[in-house]
Amino acid sequence: MTGEDRSVAGGATTSRTRLPAGTRDVLPEEMRELRAIGGRMRQTFEDAGYGEVHTPALEYEEVLLRGDVGAAGARYRSFDEQGAVLALRSDMTIPIARVVATRYADAGPPLRFSYLAHAWRATDRGIGEPREFLQAGIELIGVPGAEGDAEVVALAVAALDAAGLRRHRVGVGDGALYRRLLASFRVPEEAHLPLLETLSRRDLVGLEGQVDQLELAQDEHDLLVRLPQLRGGRDVLDLAESEAAGAPTRAALEGLRVLHDLLAERGVADRVIFDLGLVRELGYYTGAVFEVYDPAVGFTLGGGGRYDDLIGRFGRDLPACGLALDVQRVHLAQAAEEALR
Amino acid sequence: MSDRLTIAVPRGALFGGTLDLLDRLGIDTSEVRSNDRRLLFAGVGIVTMRPSDVPTYVEHGSADVGITGKDVLLEQSQRKVYELLDLGYGHCEMVVAAPARGDPIGDALRRLGRVRIATKYPRVAGEHFAATGRQAEIVEVKGSVELAPLTGLVDGIVDLTATGKTLEENNLRAVETIAASTARLIANPVAHKLKAEQIDAIVEGIRT
Repeated sequence: MTGEDRSVAGGATTSRTRLPAGTRDVLPEEMRELRAIGGRMRQTFEDAGYGEVHTPALEYEEVLLRGDVGAAGARYRSFDEQGAVLALRSDMTIPIARVVATRYADAGPPLRFSYLAHAWRATDRGIGEPREFLQAGIELIGVPGAEGDAEVVALAVAALDAAGLRRHRVGVGDGALYRRLLASFRVPEEAHLPLLETLSRRDLVGLEGQVDQLELAQDEHDLLVRLPQLRGGRDVLDLAESEAAGAPTRAALEGLRVLHDLLAERGVADRVIFDLGLVRELGYYTGAVFEVYDPAVGFTLGGGGRYDDLIGRFGRDLPACGLALDVQRVHLAQAAEEALR
Repeated sequence: MSDRLTIAVPRGALFGGTLDLLDRLGIDTSEVRSNDRRLLFAGVGIVTMRPSDVPTYVEHGSADVGITGKDVLLEQSQRKVYELLDLGYGHCEMVVAAPARGDPIGDALRRLGRVRIATKYPRVAGEHFAATGRQAEIVEVKGSVELAPLTGLVDGIVDLTATGKTLEENNLRAVETIAASTARLIANPVAHKLKAEQIDAIVEGIRT
């Protein structure tokens, strides 16, 4: 194509040259940097004993739905020649749960897997929001509770160190805490979902309005309003304990405290921010939930958590915990940190 | 994102109330008040902009916290920002309004099965009519919405009103209230964790 042809074609992008919304081409200069970052994270995982797995981009939709009724945002569907519905995976956690239950049905835990793979999620948000993204992640299967959580968080911190970030932090909460509180305060079941939805957006004004309407005792009301505002270092856990003496919070707070001590042993406790209002959108989390931040950018770099029921849905009952990092976002954060230095 | 807090301040109807609030928090706004055209006041960590741009800057993290109207947040509900406080001032209502004479909205729905509505808030307007089971064609306009029904462009409008005066002067009246709006304090989700102490100091300062 000559230069003249290009300028004509560039004026109006035709359907012959357009890309599907949220997808893009990666050219050599960026590709080299993405490869370098992804490669260093992959090596960190491999060195820690997390063997890399590959699974098909396409899965039967039925399989994804078994993992999560919302299929975790899987929106791109197709059919095979028998008419069965296929879907592009929206994360790697459900495919790996399937792998564990089928290919490792008899293997003794713990099992450790990593991946550097694409996932696809349709968004309703504005123009340019990526729908195809490269994730670097880990799954730790068969190590329950804080011990497993600490290993995953510490390894994620190490992977980001290797990727060249310096100031990254991990937000840690308990994804089941608020739900358990609502149940223990006998809040009607039908009110749970709207409350959790408002909480996940962190609409604290809306949340207080909804809690006002529940007609709870004053201390219960205050706890539901106050809890999502508690975030910080270990002292936040003590503060929460003093504000909420009740049993439903005690177990969760004790779990987070143990997690803190285990992270301290691994030398990464100062990288963690406890956030008692943290709830992740995905439906399968049962305990600790994580989000990864860097002060150089205003968006999260990834997240994860504990999902003790998920693998059981595929036939092997094992506790598990995992975390995924968005490689492109890590790259953006690394570039932003570099610009500040 | 630097270590100090950057605050997005809305120009327009919420400007005065917001600067008064910042004064009470001990933030020196004299420079902002005496400078009509400057947008960035790095010395005190303030950036000024249209209210509808505040969620954009806060979502991106270019500002850590910001102040804007609930009307803006309702219209931009896809933005990933945390809503921390209802600041109480800037009260107004999002209403459906129509020419005061007769019932043009009802007439259109009865005879034509659909109504035409002009608004600067297409999402809120669309959702309101959909939620109430009425077919509405939403016409997005940028300027004075009141003009649209007077020229026959639409049957009614969805807009903000504080006193009802502008509606009245254009022979319109509010026929339904969609939502009440006041100024809100919003925060970037990452800043809410990484600058928790500074943000909590502002929240506490406003509360007391």
